[in-house]
Amino acid sequence: MRTHRAVAILLGKELRAEFRSRELLQTTLIFALIVVVLFSFAFDPTAAESRRFGPGLLWIAFLFAGTLMLNPSFAREQANDALQGLRMAPISAFALLLGKILANFVFLLIAELVLLPVFAVLYNVTILPVIWRLLLVILLGTLGVVITGTVFAALASQARMRELLLPLLLLPVLAPLLIASVEATASLLNDEPALDPTWTVFLAAFDVVFLTASWLLCEHLMEE
Amino acid sequence: MRSSAIGLKRRCANWCGDKRTALESEPTTSRLGVAFLSVEKRYGSLAALRGVTLEIGAGEFVALLGPNGAGKTTLLKMAAVLVQPSSGKVEYPERAGATHESIKRSIGMVAHSTMLYDEMSAAENLLFFARLYDLDQPERRATAALQACGLPDRAADLVRTFSRGMRQRLAIARALIHSPSLLLLDEPAAGLDRQGIAWLADTLAERHRAGCTILMSTHGRNDSIGCVTRAVMLSGGRVQADSGAGGDPRSMLSAVPVEG
Repeated sequence: MRTHRAVAILLGKELRAEFRSRELLQTTLIFALIVVVLFSFAFDPTAAESRRFGPGLLWIAFLFAGTLMLNPSFAREQANDALQGLRMAPISAFALLLGKILANFVFLLIAELVLLPVFAVLYNVTILPVIWRLLLVILLGTLGVVITGTVFAALASQARMRELLLPLLLLPVLAPLLIASVEATASLLNDEPALDPTWTVFLAAFDVVFLTASWLLCEHLMEE
Repeated sequence: MRSSAIGLKRRCANWCGDKRTALESEPTTSRLGVAFLSVEKRYGSLAALRGVTLEIGAGEFVALLGPNGAGKTTLLKMAAVLVQPSSGKVEYPERAGATHESIKRSIGMVAHSTMLYDEMSAAENLLFFARLYDLDQPERRATAALQACGLPDRAADLVRTFSRGMRQRLAIARALIHSPSLLLLDEPAAGLDRQGIAWLADTLAERHRAGCTILMSTHGRNDSIGCVTRAVMLSGGRVQADSGAGGDPRSMLSAVPVEG
């Protein structure tokens, strides 16, 4: 079967299961909202401070929410050894991984899109004039988080203490992505918004490098 | 280095959906045997299989016997391309040179776990796997499979509401949905009641008559071993006894305790 068709079938299954249970989405969204609200209470930032610290807080909330969401993303496959059923199917390991990556991307993106207006209100930042460029940064950054996170979640899924292992493995690797995403977002929330293409190119390159690495390593990742 | 290059080429071909697609769309009713050649499997310091050499011809119905830890499950997983041997080779004589994906299309497996999704209905589970195997008219195949396993009335119910026996029936239906040429069964009667075991025996007899190769591990004697044509006893990761292709498995099977 062609990879894109297998990916579409797997993505359909993931979306159906999630929109039926809403387990991942609800917990991720609530957690991310709590983080953003708590930060705003803790710092009570002025508009100028928000422009300075806001992007960092926003991306840390995205990152924590992503880590929380990615951890159980293989849990459905582990119940009843369903992952074994998928590995037995005549589809490539990359299709399997890509289906998970896309599903996680959709879920995290939904959580982020709900969070973004809340962030704008609580931190008194104007996002509408730069919304399209901001969405580009969020898309690229989120893709990097879920590609890397899904690969590490697959690695950690067969380990003991996987809940602790995933953030320990993932967060250091995502440090460059976090810096680039924060810098790009900060440049957009400035008094004179301007998106430095260096950061978007860096984010795109990060995504391509890790997607290629996952393509090369997927068969080993999915091995028993 | 060469194997990496071949792997990369294979992935590129798969992504592009080149001529390999034609090979994958071979009818699943073709015959398929499996040969284990000096196969060893180690998990750290534990050796699950120690130099197993066993050739299962196409169309045979083999009962794998042996105590817990004998290596039956590992051998079945190896035949299902789920586990790679630490040394030795697993070959599929009728598909020499075929890709793993092509071979997987012809294999069905019932394992200890059901490999089903609890949060999906019985029909959704079967439809999902029918689509993954790229079957024609997946809805019709899923409906037929539900009918065959006796669960048409529960089609819309979530699997988590099913009893152990119903899940096992559904797991067997899932393994058979693509009409595999090689059927691997790891204690398939587990959780089935007397009626379920009779259904399993009928189903296996029918598949065997259709030319399907069956490799089934079992702890106990029940109706499902009625059509067995060969028995292999594993112990400590080695083949301890083999009635042989064309031999009489009855004396080995009679030593197996009656189930239940």
